Amino acid sequence: MKKEKKWPEDWQEVNPGCMVFRPGSAREYHTGSWRAQRPVYDNSRCIKCGVCYIFCPEGCISQDADGYFVADLDYCKGCGICAHECWPGAITMVEEG
Amino acid sequence: MEIALAAAEVVALCRPDVIAAYPITPNTHIPEHLSDIVAEGRLDADFICVESEHSALSACCGASGAGARAFTATSSQGLLYMAEVVPIVSSMRLPVVMIIGNRALSGPINIWNDHSDIMSQRDAGWISMFAANGQEVVDMAVQSFKIAEHRDVMLPVNLNLDGFQLTHVVEPMMFPNQEEVDAFLPEYKPYAAVHPDNIVSMGTLALPEIFNECMKANDEVLKGSKKVILEVWKEWEEKFGRSYKPVESYRTEGAEVLLFAIGSMAETAEVAVDQLRDKGMKVGLLKLRLWRPFPFEELREAVKGAKVVAVLDRAVSFGGPGGPVFSEVRSALYDEKDRPMIISEIIGLGGRDVPVGDFVKIAEKAARVAKTGPEEEYEIFGVRGS
Repeated sequence: MKKEKKWPEDWQEVNPGCMVFRPGSAREYHTGSWRAQRPVYDNSRCIKCGVCYIFCPEGCISQDADGYFVADLDYCKGCGICAHECWPGAITMVEEG
Repeated sequence: MEIALAAAEVVALCRPDVIAAYPITPNTHIPEHLSDIVAEGRLDADFICVESEHSALSACCGASGAGARAFTATSSQGLLYMAEVVPIVSSMRLPVVMIIGNRALSGPINIWNDHSDIMSQRDAGWISMFAANGQEVVDMAVQSFKIAEHRDVMLPVNLNLDGFQLTHVVEPMMFPNQEEVDAFLPEYKPYAAVHPDNIVSMGTLALPEIFNECMKANDEVLKGSKKVILEVWKEWEEKFGRSYKPVESYRTEGAEVLLFAIGSMAETAEVAVDQLRDKGMKVGLLKLRLWRPFPFEELREAVKGAKVVAVLDRAVSFGGPGGPVFSEVRSALYDEKDRPMIISEIIGLGGRDVPVGDFVKIAEKAARVAKTGPEEEYEIFGVRGS
């Protein structure tokens, strides 16, 4: 009897062995909620080199239609590596309000 | 036949799919003989010669997750080496069966029998049973697979037998044949199996928001497994005529003094009880067979009427409240209205021989302290110089 409920709440709803029978469920947990700072892009300085995309440990930076880079704030944990690695200094870390 | 070899023979009858084990005295003969059986072609199984016990249990965990019937065996330091994986197997609800030849934990290094190895894994969430002689090893090995794989259980089981005192002892035993084992133990049908066609994740992460619920769920399953264990034992008695109970009583009628033993020392204690009964002492023996889930009701029923219970442990909790079995027995009886005095006698550490005379002395001490009160928190019995 494999339960397909999204998230178990009561102890009786936890699947045996805490098994998960849906693929990709980790995507629903937004680790962006852990953030204390977020990256802000200044596209006038961006040279579209893609270094921020390569260095992001979360893999949550992607290119928009114009080729500029943007972080997915659902998953960005605000580690600041992109800002540290950005050569033209196009990224600044700003405190979350 | 030597009991360890017998254990290997009967495990082979249970048709395991994967055996991953690393040798360690005194249980070596179990995986070694199983490797012979596989090499001879008598058992169609994958015998994985892993490089350590940690890998052994990890391999069994993975194999069981893929839907295989998995088996391993170890002792002492080997059990500690795989200890990191032990609670993982139970929390993943994988029915791995492990036979442990109980051996003292180092140090100093000692390869002989005591229970300190399994007592370090009390809280790991496995079903835990003790065999007191060769026949019980044979019977309980088959029972272990059936209990573990039952859909209401799906928990790993460890079967404990005393290292050297049982593993290297030659006894006559009655074996079920292959047809009888196949009838008793059907093919393993896993609840879930990791396979490209199946969508399942095993060994998942649980954040604080859900972890408590996961622990409660597994605790309830372990407690509820006692019902299945009793059913399997009833079925075994019907098919093979040998009965098993969580707590066995020996000559306890009207007993005021009870000895409480676990493992093969219980058989020696029986002789002591016979001798004391012949002298007119009202003494009896309780033998614990089921360690986890702890048999609270059976224990409370079994000690009724006794004035004192001497719990014999083969392991010591340094600086603690006595032997592990003693602590749990005393805790289980604490709230009872009429409870006996309970004393802790730690015997036979590191394979020290405990002859009948020592059990007689302990029973006589118990009878004495029943009147005068306990003399110490616990006693490591028979230490020279004390």
